[in-house]
Amino acid sequence: MNPLSVVVRKGCDIFAWFMVVFGANVIIHGDLTPGGGFQGGAIVATFLTFLLVAYGGNRLLSWVNERFYTSLVGFGLLLFIGLAFMGFPTSFFYNFVSVTHEAAMAGGAHGIIPPSGTIALMDIAVGIEVAGGLSLIVIYMFKGIRLYETSPVGTECGHDR
Amino acid sequence: MMQLLHLCVLVLIVLAGFFAIWFRDLLSSALALGAFSLCMALEFYILQAPDVAIAEAAIGAALSTVIYIIALRACGQIRKGNGGGVK
Repeated sequence: MNPLSVVVRKGCDIFAWFMVVFGANVIIHGDLTPGGGFQGGAIVATFLTFLLVAYGGNRLLSWVNERFYTSLVGFGLLLFIGLAFMGFPTSFFYNFVSVTHEAAMAGGAHGIIPPSGTIALMDIAVGIEVAGGLSLIVIYMFKGIRLYETSPVGTECGHDR
Repeated sequence: MMQLLHLCVLVLIVLAGFFAIWFRDLLSSALALGAFSLCMALEFYILQAPDVAIAEAAIGAALSTVIYIIALRACGQIRKGNGGGVK
């Protein structure tokens, strides 16, 4: 893909990081509000496609490090399985940090973690894993067609038809 | 009022789906499919499923459109010209 015009690139510079912040917000509040790990991870993965469309694939491939995204996938999966195993004296997937309704009403249980226990942490794990996985899908999809790619590096060629 | 909004969104979905098939240019067709996904997300939101609406907007409208365009790019490189469109 060729880089787009300077207007699109500046717009991408301004808005791309807000997508990541919004995705992180959806992931972290996944147990209380609409959305969750998968949806937030998909929004975070949109960051990479945004850069791919605005800056072109050749420059993007010089920026990204696939080992980072592979490690995100592995870390998310290990965190999920680890949280599931941590409830093990009782059972697999046991919610070991949750508080009862009476204890929550008595006070002292505020914030993200206490109302839902491990569900919020598992949302974060799923979010990390999906963000890495969907970014890897886009990167490998582009690297696959790069075998046929002949456009010069870094030149501005207008819209990609 | 709500029925009218439903009707408008459903008509937009049908129109976007029709244009996705009708365009000869495959890039326009992929973009019409993105508009279809966006209307679908709006319909999910009206039907009080904001969870599904976020997933549909992120996956359908953003990621799958970009993946279609990347695939189209590969076809265009092979066929040399007209954006991968069939002539």
